[in-house]
Amino acid sequence: MNYIKYLIVGFVFGIVLTKSEAVSWYRIYEMFEFQSFHMFGIIITAIITGTIGIQLFKKYQVKSTDGQIIKIADKEKGTFRYWIGGLIFGFGWALVGCCPGPIFILIGAGFFPVILVLFGALLGTFVYGVFKDNLPH
Amino acid sequence: MDFIFQTWHWSISGFLIAIIMLTLNYFGKVFGMSSNLRSLCTIAGADKFGDFFKFDWKSQRWNLIVIFGAMIGGFVAAQYMSDSSNVNIDNRTKNELIKMNIDLPNGKLLPNKLFGIEALKSPKMISILIIGGFLIGFGSRYAGGCTSGHAISGLSNFQRQSLKAVIGFFIGGLIMAHFVLPLIFS
Repeated sequence: MNYIKYLIVGFVFGIVLTKSEAVSWYRIYEMFEFQSFHMFGIIITAIITGTIGIQLFKKYQVKSTDGQIIKIADKEKGTFRYWIGGLIFGFGWALVGCCPGPIFILIGAGFFPVILVLFGALLGTFVYGVFKDNLPH
Repeated sequence: MDFIFQTWHWSISGFLIAIIMLTLNYFGKVFGMSSNLRSLCTIAGADKFGDFFKFDWKSQRWNLIVIFGAMIGGFVAAQYMSDSSNVNIDNRTKNELIKMNIDLPNGKLLPNKLFGIEALKSPKMISILIIGGFLIGFGSRYAGGCTSGHAISGLSNFQRQSLKAVIGFFIGGLIMAHFVLPLIFS
């Protein structure tokens, strides 16, 4: 029963990303061509709203449903991994026009060739996990 | 009722994405979709090959439920909430697509050239999809997050590391869109 709330959150997420067309290869391409404000608008609005929400959580010491004050962990220190990992992710993002959330949403929407993208993404995750300790972070 | 079928405005979409992130925070969780790829690898038995996959994936089960819900949401939105007015991109972008012999959207979300059934007959397109996925999976784990974890969640929380990653995302995307895609497709 506890999981139903996550199912609902995910359901809304799938609808929003599809209706905003953030799952569209075309919208991602258009964004990287700087020919529309649409995707930038989505990302900027999400960051501004998110920032206000997190500041309010902090200011009022809001407690989460498990009774603890909401605290979002800081990202691990590092430089190389963020630049290089980010760059590699960006290549993939613009090539197939989807990021991890949309991969699942598109498969759900019936675009079955995206299963190949998911297969590649799992393979990439696996290869990273196996060679993690040999990579500079 | 038009609201259901039209493309949703960026301001409404961005606002709702942030509400989704904040709702997960309120449940004591963090918004990040690429973590699910690691959980799925572990479930498939990757923990026999590297310590990175030796973790309690059941603690991440909530996130797998989120993506399962997202798949149902994608199905409902694509089947019952769309119409032919949908994806309508800038004319300059359309010209770029014509140069690369990529079919124009005319309302559809994905180009047939890459994602149509005929694409599955082309070894080139199959390789592009798998390689693209590989870069997404490898890059997001290396950078410790993707668009949701770094661009939305991280930047909203003033994480300097996330800013580095997001700048990396955009440099990579710009190189791909401006220099590599034209080489591949035209």
